[in-house]
Amino acid sequence: MKIMVAVKRVVDYAVKIRVKPDKTGVETQNVKMSMNPFCEIALEEALRIRESGLASEVVAVSVGPAQCVDTLRTGLAMGADRGIHVEFKDGLNPLSVAKVLRALVEAEKPGLLILGKQAIDDDCNQTGQMLAGLLKWPQGTFASKVTLDKEKQVATVDREVDGGIETVLLDLPAVITTDLRLNQPRYATLPNIMKAKSKVIKKYTPGDLNVEIKSDLEVLQVTEPPKRKAGVIVSSVDELIDKLQNEARVI
Amino acid sequence: MGRLLSRIICISRSRASRSRSVSPPNGCSPFRNPGGLSRVWGSGLSRAPWFLSGARTFSSGTGSGRESIEYDVVIVGAGPAGLSAAIRLKQLCRERDLDLSVCVVEKGAEVGAHILSGNVFEPRALNELLPDWRNEEAPVDVPVLSDKFWYLTKDRTFALPCPFNNRGNYVISLSQLTRWMGVKAEELGVEIYPGFAAGEVLYDSNDNVVGVGTNDMGISKDGSKKETFQHGVELKGKLTLLAEGCRGSLSEKIISKYNLRGKVQAQHQTYALGIKEVWEIDESKHEPGAVLHTLGWPLDHKTYGGSFVYHMKDRQVSIGLVIALNYQNPYLNPYEEFQKFKHHPAIKSLLEGGTVIQYGARTLNEGGFQSIPYPVFPGGAIVGCSAGFLNVPKIKGTHTAMKSGMLAAEAAFSVLSEGSSMVVYYDFLRKSWIWEELKKARNYRPVAKLHTPIEYPRADGILSFDVPTSLHRSNTNHEHDQPAHLQLRDPTIPELVNLPEYAGPESRYCPARVYEYVPDENGVLKLQINAQNCLHCKACDIKDPQQNIEWTVPEGGGGPGYSVM
Repeated sequence: MKIMVAVKRVVDYAVKIRVKPDKTGVETQNVKMSMNPFCEIALEEALRIRESGLASEVVAVSVGPAQCVDTLRTGLAMGADRGIHVEFKDGLNPLSVAKVLRALVEAEKPGLLILGKQAIDDDCNQTGQMLAGLLKWPQGTFASKVTLDKEKQVATVDREVDGGIETVLLDLPAVITTDLRLNQPRYATLPNIMKAKSKVIKKYTPGDLNVEIKSDLEVLQVTEPPKRKAGVIVSSVDELIDKLQNEARVI
Repeated sequence: MGRLLSRIICISRSRASRSRSVSPPNGCSPFRNPGGLSRVWGSGLSRAPWFLSGARTFSSGTGSGRESIEYDVVIVGAGPAGLSAAIRLKQLCRERDLDLSVCVVEKGAEVGAHILSGNVFEPRALNELLPDWRNEEAPVDVPVLSDKFWYLTKDRTFALPCPFNNRGNYVISLSQLTRWMGVKAEELGVEIYPGFAAGEVLYDSNDNVVGVGTNDMGISKDGSKKETFQHGVELKGKLTLLAEGCRGSLSEKIISKYNLRGKVQAQHQTYALGIKEVWEIDESKHEPGAVLHTLGWPLDHKTYGGSFVYHMKDRQVSIGLVIALNYQNPYLNPYEEFQKFKHHPAIKSLLEGGTVIQYGARTLNEGGFQSIPYPVFPGGAIVGCSAGFLNVPKIKGTHTAMKSGMLAAEAAFSVLSEGSSMVVYYDFLRKSWIWEELKKARNYRPVAKLHTPIEYPRADGILSFDVPTSLHRSNTNHEHDQPAHLQLRDPTIPELVNLPEYAGPESRYCPARVYEYVPDENGVLKLQINAQNCLHCKACDIKDPQQNIEWTVPEGGGGPGYSVM
């Protein structure tokens, strides 16, 4: 069975981000970029499944600008067998990415799709779900545990939901999105990084896959959250009530 | 306090620093792990790709469970000196039609991540190394247009005749220039591996240096192996160049082991700590190419140091304070002095309405000519600030660091192609403009001397900030579950000596608040080391009164994330 993992290149999580002066978005010039942490977890899970003998190949996919190749190289260094880069410069959104991935699924025919639950730049948490919908495949999102049964061709997924843990049984092929506690991604070691250089990354454009990238949403403005105002120390309960009533107007 | 810092600094996911996945900034090529080569792969490069250059072999390590990878030259540190050496080596390879494999290993998560400098750049070495840099989009494009020198008192400024001549120089971000150099190096076939910390020097049975070993990764705080444990690797080089910057951890060991200062009767090195911020200021106040240095307030006449304000482009301004680390008063807090400095009326008016983009700190050499050690050891050499070529009166070290890298490359090439000895590197240095320049500038620092606590004003959150806020702006992070990389040679010294005799100076000179004295459950003050805040500046390694603190390199990929410093 082939596993396809989608990975996204995002601003590194340790970077302090700031909004561009023209408020059109977040500053990404001269900013460190990395693989989305949830995508790392997704890739790690795929690698573990392959290492346990339940899959034969792990393919890493990334949709985005030319530099996405770096993200794919990291994935290859972690252990993915080969990579696919769908090059598109600017203006991607979850639905478009899902459509691109669907086209790739039709070409590659994987038995399992693993994605990160969300990207840390837009926090959309949509691509996996949309992809499952487009493919009409079952989905197990926010996975904190994944167990595959090759014979029965099912996956048991523990999902982290608000009420606790929900366990679902999915017929393969299926889409799984990963949550934080699923695993600890491995380091890419120096020898693996060197070996990864000879692994293949295939290039496509959305046009090659007959997908049109368009968005129904237009970002009007991006601003920082308002600065937290200083607290006020009140001298008595009466003053507190007065302020709550007349200033904050909450009682 | 420590825990508060941990929460701020240590991001929720425990996976921290090894995110060395992707590449840097748009327009710049990936020289990041694993990346370096993606640009080489993708873009139809005109030059020969790495795999055609030089033999490189894999083998299983010597019983330590580590793999061993062999190169012709191994360079520790992807800074200006290390990259200049790497680039020059590959250039020589092309010129003379010989292939050498060159590997650069870098502890920062990406090239440039641990680079911090003023920086008013003298392009002398760059002109020699890459003469076509102007046409290759080098981020050296803000020429110095004005050069001011002020003496400050608490409220006033006095313009003094400027002792510098910066005509022909540029205001740059060295972090950015280094990143660009990384791209150039990779285009030439240099293999660069960011995110890997060279933690030990490898020796053969005759005590010659044969390479370096990278640290094991995935070791937890108690020393046990985590699920993600990976052995380090041995990077064996016929020659090893150490380019770790000021107070390099391996360099210091080598200098001591082979008595490299004794060999040439060099004095011990002296240091300063530079604390810097990059601000984005009001358009109306911004003058690209403006250079300002100040002396005086807030430092007293006993404390050697001064400030700098350099206007880059895009409304960005580099501002910092440099304080010599031989200050006597243990109550001095360099970080707080810097915060104070920003409140000076002349500086305040510049910064008001602006925002801070990044913060960081790094030590620098002040010893000059007299402190240069013999830079050659059996199996390799030391280049750049690890040896100490900074021109103190000019306060410039980049051009000399780069030139030293180039000369080491030329020496290395002759060793590997003709069988000569690395000793010629020292000859090259002495015949070069580095020597001439530094000799002229020697004896610059005058030697400087029951102390009372200094009360520092509280941060106002607009011009001055508390350490956690600043630290957040340095993008510093480390995998928190790893052994503390700051090691005490004697664990009792802090409470027995530092605290009673010096009032715990490490809690003040560290610009990252790594060291704190906190009361334990019996109310007794104990030293707490918040290693994950570390900015890799090395001030503690230098300034600890008993030299009890040893800075060792933490797991690769951690540390600050400078991009415009």
